[in-house]
Amino acid sequence: MSARTPLHLAAEIGGPPHYDAGHYLRLARLAEGGALDYVTLGDSFARPGLDALAVLARVAPATDRIGLVPTVTTTHTEPFHVSSAVASLDWVSNGRAGWHADVSTTEAEARLFGRRSAAPPAALWQEAGEVADVSARLWDSWEDDAEIRDTATGRFIDRDKLHYVDFEGSTFSVRGPAIVPRPPQGRPVTVIDATSAPARAAAARHADVVHIRATTPEQAAAVREELRAGAAAHGRDPDALRVLVALTVDLGDVETAPEPGLESGPQLAGRGTYFRGGPVDLADLIAQWHRAGAADGFHLTPITPERDLERIVNGTVALLQHRSLFRTFHPGGTLREHLGLVRPASRYAAPKAAAASSASSKEA
Amino acid sequence: MPRTMHLAAHFPGVNATTVWADPRSRSQIDFSSFVHLARTAERGKFDFFFLAEGLRLREHNGRVHDLDVVGRPESLTVLNALAAVTERLGLAATVNATFNEPYELARRLATLDHLSEGRAAWNVVTSSDAFTGENFRRGGYLDRADRYNRAAEFVATARELWDSWTPDGESRPFAHDGEQFTISGEFTVPRSPQGHPVVIQAGDSSEGREFAASAADIIFTRHGTLDAGRIFYADVKARLAAYGRQPDDLKIMPGVTVVVGDTDAEAQEQAYEIRRQQVSPQNAILAAEQLWGTDLSAYDPDGPLPEIDPVIDSGLVKGRVLHGDPFAVVARWREIAAAKGLSLRQTVIETTTRQSFIGSPQTVAAELTAFVDERAADGFILVPHLTPGGLDDFVDRVVPLLQESGAFRSEYSGSTLRSHLGLAEPVWKG
Ligand SMILES: Cc1cc2nc3c(=O)[nH]c(=O)nc-3n(C[C@H](O)[C@H](O)[C@H](O)COP(=O)(O)O)c2cc1C
Repeated sequence: MSARTPLHLAAEIGGPPHYDAGHYLRLARLAEGGALDYVTLGDSFARPGLDALAVLARVAPATDRIGLVPTVTTTHTEPFHVSSAVASLDWVSNGRAGWHADVSTTEAEARLFGRRSAAPPAALWQEAGEVADVSARLWDSWEDDAEIRDTATGRFIDRDKLHYVDFEGSTFSVRGPAIVPRPPQGRPVTVIDATSAPARAAAARHADVVHIRATTPEQAAAVREELRAGAAAHGRDPDALRVLVALTVDLGDVETAPEPGLESGPQLAGRGTYFRGGPVDLADLIAQWHRAGAADGFHLTPITPERDLERIVNGTVALLQHRSLFRTFHPGGTLREHLGLVRPASRYAAPKAAAASSASSKEA
Repeated sequence: MPRTMHLAAHFPGVNATTVWADPRSRSQIDFSSFVHLARTAERGKFDFFFLAEGLRLREHNGRVHDLDVVGRPESLTVLNALAAVTERLGLAATVNATFNEPYELARRLATLDHLSEGRAAWNVVTSSDAFTGENFRRGGYLDRADRYNRAAEFVATARELWDSWTPDGESRPFAHDGEQFTISGEFTVPRSPQGHPVVIQAGDSSEGREFAASAADIIFTRHGTLDAGRIFYADVKARLAAYGRQPDDLKIMPGVTVVVGDTDAEAQEQAYEIRRQQVSPQNAILAAEQLWGTDLSAYDPDGPLPEIDPVIDSGLVKGRVLHGDPFAVVARWREIAAAKGLSLRQTVIETTTRQSFIGSPQTVAAELTAFVDERAADGFILVPHLTPGGLDDFVDRVVPLLQESGAFRSEYSGSTLRSHLGLAEPVWKG
């Protein structure tokens, strides 16, 4: 990877739950001020907190550019509803939506629904991959120019440009077409955290952006290569994949720490790689890793968002911008544009139209 | 002093009312259209903004129906976004009780209530057919009794979840063991500003009315004429006592259409013109096919009515609720066509789409007021024919008259939807 590949930065704005919009809005605006690619908001049925997609829909009209990526779990939610909600987030944000696909592994979550019992991660990720697949098909099920408003024939749509998806998954089937017209980005951005092996397989096949865990640049580069090879094996263009190293960040309250660096160990299980240091140290680490070709960027989870996000944006990001390593504003309007990902054509569109976008014809 | 009424704005689309061919018609899907109508409604001090839902695209003769607006965004996501650009307006989402699960939907509704600071409402619909089921894991058809059983237990379960946190913010485990749902655990959202979001029920059958009487705060109905409205009103209100409820605990709000002109005569002309736009030649054939249940594409919309008998249960129409006995309706159409010498299209225009309130601002205001005074309704859900400007005239010209006479509020007195509707916060049943 060339050292000149643009750097991508994202931040998690979740933390201890808040039940008002103002808190999340302040953090999203802060991240937007730093020209970050996107914010994520974690979610789970297993712990207190509002529905994350709803929170980011609430944030959308009060922000302009920042990408909005809620966690959406696929184990208990109907795949058709997942697809509609994410498409609708893309509509209300004018093309800034993504979703972080995740699974619900616990018996406690299963009891909240009472429909099925907990299943092993491999089966759940197989299903999550299928949900990502059917969602993308549903987003494609309306061609971009399906709405015609042809007064001569009295037709609002050209129904030849709406398509049944007739998807048969291992645990569900969906007929289609979508009830939501094709979203502004064509397909909102799919993000998967590939820490676990079954998630990594789903990521290589279905994700646009992959979050990985690594404690050295070499380790990150190796995982990235593995993911790119996996994507290629599924007939995808590996350059249409963005791999971001996920760091849990504790910036303390000094500019540079005496012994900055990464930790990863049993005491941090579930939080991945843990960075402790000052904002300047974090900027140095990001610059180094990026220069070494370790990743396309970083997804930062501040341990205390109220305190650390401000220090990330005004410290770390400002420094990276000063060193011309990171953009100072968003030149594009959509999340795909921030990530340098093309807007895919619908797989159902006539071949002539599909050929116009090589990335999507490979994927289709 | 007139009785005060409640008003709501229904976002247009995916129905035969919405005219998309008019040059003033804008996007049905861009968020800006939703913002326009919501802000208009809030400017008019409306109680709430309303979004409908359909979980499968409607079909006609085995193909996606293409003559009406098709496609819309998902309700709750749009309403959360609208909470950012409005302050007082209630936000009502239609969400199906058959193709959702209580835990998740109760959570999404409580989330909207928090993010909007107490403005959420849920229109509980029960539409269920094997056709829509093809998009869902659960699939399948439920007959009317079953879908209302499920809906009633669904709403009751949601209320248990909304009550599972104490009013002072302590989470308590819940357990529900019923015929439809056996679930337990902890709800992830504290009690929301309204206690429970406002519950609306849309469904006209006896089962639907009973369900509304037992569990809803508002009933959304199609009874748009004064006489039908009074009968419906009396019937529904009489059902409340059995549930220990007062007549004011359930608001009756028919969906209505309004045409405002400078004079009554001008409004009548406009109304006819709108009906002509709604019933395009293609739509006239389609309306006839829906009634006859068979392919009528060979017929001329400007010619006479088909002479054949309607076909029952032909499966021609999918994803729509059908009304009435087709033989009786066909007979009525024939009578009208013969009496007035009308073509097929003119007959459709004449019979199917007459607007509910047509006239000068004074006439419309007086008729709406009379409707409420005579207990045919407690208020109205206005269904405009144009996106997004279809209520501009109503808000600018009719609302001030209603306010002047005291038939409608001039300012919001509270900040929650419950306060607009004059509904008490539900008692916490911990
Ligand atoms: C005024 C009105 C509005 C309705 N809106 C919707 C809607 O937006 N989405 C939906 O799926 N069903 C809608 N329904 C359908 C009802 O939920 C119900 O399925 C239908 O009325 C049949 O039930 P019933 O036999 O009790 O009338 C609506 C019904 C009425 C009366």
